[in-house]
Amino acid sequence: MAKVPVQFTLNGSEKAEFIDSGTTLLNALRDKVGDTSPKGGCHQGTCGACSVIIDGELRLSCLTLAETCNGTAITTTSGLAEGGVLQPLQRAFLDTFATQCGFCTPGMIMAAKVLLDHTPNPSRDEVVEALSGNICRCTGYEPIIQAVLTAARANSQNAA
Amino acid sequence: MAIRRGRGVAAINYPTGMNLGGDPTQALVHSTPTGNFMVTLSSVDLGQGMKQIMAQICAETIGVPTDRVVVDTADTDTGPHCMGTFASRGTHRAGNAVIQAAKEARQVMLEVAAEELEVNASDLETDGQGNILVKGAPQKSISIFDVALSAHFKRGRSISGRGMFLIPRSYPEKETGAMKPSTCYAHACTVAEVEVDDETGEVTVLTVKNVFEIGRALNPKMVEQQLVGGSWMGISHALYETTEPYYPNRDHGGTDFNQYLMPGPGDLAETEIIVLERPSADGPYGAKGPGEMCANPQIPAVANAVFDAVGVRIDTLPITPERILRALKAQAAN
Ligand code: FES
Ligand code: FES
Repeated sequence: MAKVPVQFTLNGSEKAEFIDSGTTLLNALRDKVGDTSPKGGCHQGTCGACSVIIDGELRLSCLTLAETCNGTAITTTSGLAEGGVLQPLQRAFLDTFATQCGFCTPGMIMAAKVLLDHTPNPSRDEVVEALSGNICRCTGYEPIIQAVLTAARANSQNAA
Repeated sequence: MAIRRGRGVAAINYPTGMNLGGDPTQALVHSTPTGNFMVTLSSVDLGQGMKQIMAQICAETIGVPTDRVVVDTADTDTGPHCMGTFASRGTHRAGNAVIQAAKEARQVMLEVAAEELEVNASDLETDGQGNILVKGAPQKSISIFDVALSAHFKRGRSISGRGMFLIPRSYPEKETGAMKPSTCYAHACTVAEVEVDDETGEVTVLTVKNVFEIGRALNPKMVEQQLVGGSWMGISHALYETTEPYYPNRDHGGTDFNQYLMPGPGDLAETEIIVLERPSADGPYGAKGPGEMCANPQIPAVANAVFDAVGVRIDTLPITPERILRALKAQAAN
């Protein structure tokens, strides 16, 4: 099958790959680029584990063709920590014990980051709404909701 | 037609591990040349926190800080045997094996320290910070780092230990049928409040109040984490989860997350968790197995609450709107 070139920035650095046409962004990121932070849960758009941010918007990488991402800026959970220092959102997931097996965590963090980028002080309902496309098998969700609310408080304190 | 409220209670008694065949787990502990300790297991950490708990247990037994312990899990090709991570047995079985292995390693460590300090090993104690001191004369001490170096490069000793936990299999007595299926039980009680719409059969869980008696909580935050998730899973089992609603005909079975239902973040009941700690006699530092147990009492509690609300006993899980409506119809027909 003919390979197609694809170029985008991933967490701030330029990536260029030749991929099979029809490759999902999820598979391109994991198997070609080597960023395994997006997880493949269902590969059909129902679990949210593969969530990434493309040009500021939350997207399911399992339903996105890599070749449609030319020229975009993609953010994944592995790009959040700067120099090994976790962002408040990541720290909040640790502090509230919002991770057990961790499989849903990168997707949850992506969903939460997009929420907080647009709505720095969300209500509980807004947090629930933002996470409602992501499935977690372990935590019962409450610790994840608390993580996002905790991160929002930490952000607003830093801003003040 | 109305929304009806009900309240149900249920209590459970839950064995830790299983007895068929004896239920063994083994562990190995050894020190690195710099006095860190390695725990080797083939038990699995699948998010429940096995690695953290085994590191704590090993550290406590040897007398070093937890961050000096590395735990390797889950390789059945290379690790010592474990029956598996199931039946709420991980902490209890592997923890006991780790204690035994760590005790043996500690003994070698103290013997090497005794040679270095020219005292008797029985006169030594650890400070939990990585040092070994002479009892009553703490100025006379040696770091575990130096003891490990000495063992490796000077004294030719392996600071290591083997651990094994095996509850012998209990067979039923011929006369009475009595047997001892388990040596350690956790307990829980749940009160659930529900609303049932008797027109649609839909159940909303309003509150779940749980009390769990789980022996010693070796890591209280991680225990809480298990219990919160488990309580949610219990409701999920009670009301939602099934792959085969029309067993054995799979035509309408759930095939993906659109059809295999679980409560999402918008469906959470107000949840309360209370932990009672009654250390178990044979658990590692008094622990019992909270894992599976914590997702059980919500199921009968919700079933009882549905009965309290609309007067029908649903004895097949999950308690779907369809089952409730069929039961209500049968009730009206009688
Ligand atoms: S893997 Fe993309 S939504 Fe599940
Ligand atoms: S932590 Fe296991 S799926 Fe969410």
